[in-house]
Amino acid sequence: MKNFSLLRPRSLDEARKALVDGAPKAAPRGAGLDILDHLKEGLPAPDALVELRRIEGETGLSLRAATAGADGLELGALSTLSQLAESPILSGPYAALAEAAGQAATPSIRNMATLGGNLLQRPRCWYYRDRELVCLKKGGDLCLAISGDNRYHAILGGGPAFYVHPSSLATPAMALDARVRIHGESPREMPLDELFVGPAEDPSREHRLAPGEVLTHLILPTPEAGARSAYFALREKQSHDWPLVEAAVALRLEGGTIRHARIVLGHVAPLPWRASEAEAKLVGQKPSVELFARTAELALAPARPMTGNAYKVPAARGALRHALHRASGLELPA
Amino acid sequence: MPTQLLRLRVNGRHEEVAAPTHWTLLELLRYRLDLIGSKQGCDKGDCGACTVQIDGRPVLACLTLAAKAETREVTTVEGLGFMGGAEGCHPLQDAFDRWDAAQCGFCTPGILMSAEALIRRLGRPVTRDEVRDALAGNLCRCTGYTKILDAIVDASERIHDAGEAASA
Repeated sequence: MKNFSLLRPRSLDEARKALVDGAPKAAPRGAGLDILDHLKEGLPAPDALVELRRIEGETGLSLRAATAGADGLELGALSTLSQLAESPILSGPYAALAEAAGQAATPSIRNMATLGGNLLQRPRCWYYRDRELVCLKKGGDLCLAISGDNRYHAILGGGPAFYVHPSSLATPAMALDARVRIHGESPREMPLDELFVGPAEDPSREHRLAPGEVLTHLILPTPEAGARSAYFALREKQSHDWPLVEAAVALRLEGGTIRHARIVLGHVAPLPWRASEAEAKLVGQKPSVELFARTAELALAPARPMTGNAYKVPAARGALRHALHRASGLELPA
Repeated sequence: MPTQLLRLRVNGRHEEVAAPTHWTLLELLRYRLDLIGSKQGCDKGDCGACTVQIDGRPVLACLTLAAKAETREVTTVEGLGFMGGAEGCHPLQDAFDRWDAAQCGFCTPGILMSAEALIRRLGRPVTRDEVRDALAGNLCRCTGYTKILDAIVDASERIHDAGEAASA
């Protein structure tokens, strides 16, 4: 494994300083699972890890806590996936996020992996993850997925690189209109979808945090009465596997009519994929099998599969129908 | 190579040990403390053979920096006997023996640590489905898992019965 130095700041300001001083070869570390993978596999990796777990006091506590405030739920970036999956606070309207957290990886990895790390992990594309192979993310001039084995790659929004976004928590979080809080030169917040950078803008990165900035919290706004959500993922194996496709849905019903809808598809595009057009068609309608089938058609209409991943189009339609039915409480036809 | 002095508790004992800063907990256990029960299999979080417990929760020692375990309570398969109360075999180890739940044995230490955490967390006899979920990250290539599930369910029943008898 590549060697590195380990810095242990006691405050976010000290962490920021260490990250700025060490830029661009310093990285903040939560559980460090993906960073460790990069260090062991000979992939581009930092020289200095800035440990966030030693941050003390109330800030330290809030980084690993889930608290309900006036503006909604604040989830600390160091919360583990196990914590999120088991948290009673993430029930009801927030259920999609807990469901996604509880299905990711394995129990022992969920005991370690953090919310912040899940959102900011690098893509799992096998061309990126092989140190010998060319990749736009590693400064190469070619995305091998185009002519190679692209069974797990993008069917929506790809180009010039065709990886899919790896975060299973980003999918439900975006459906729940999440924001992120960032500690930097001045603290700032932004909608989660603005945090992410797609390959057309810059294939070398997936987020727009500046050096020294640390993602500290995910904020889920308080939903209105009647809000509910659901998550559904398809995998080749029942556990310990990345999703082939996933869907998260947030709905608000009023007297049996849909008043608000958010649909986000995961593992189909380089970004968590918001299906805005399909959402719009749901509003003002009453849940029905036909409506949800049409919605799924519409959401996948722009799909452009590659040579080996056409199966993802019907798979994503199916995942979305599952999520829509579960969120609305309408039974899925056999 | 930069080294660090780490203080941690392993299987109830205080340990003070110097190791390179970039070592994982697994390397520290195996190559400094000679606790070679935890196995170095894939070394990247895929196989679960290195599963240990930190503060009672199963984690992967190959993906944990040694530095992270500082001031925490680490339990490895070598400490499992003590967790049964009496010295010697833990009821899980006894059940694995009776059910022939180990073949090559490489995955066994990790499976025992995942299973012990499950039984302790639920505090009652466990079901096969619960064991399947809890072992989702522990690969076994020999047994087909059947005997492993049998042994863990059996051990959980015996642990529960012993608890009932003790409190009666």
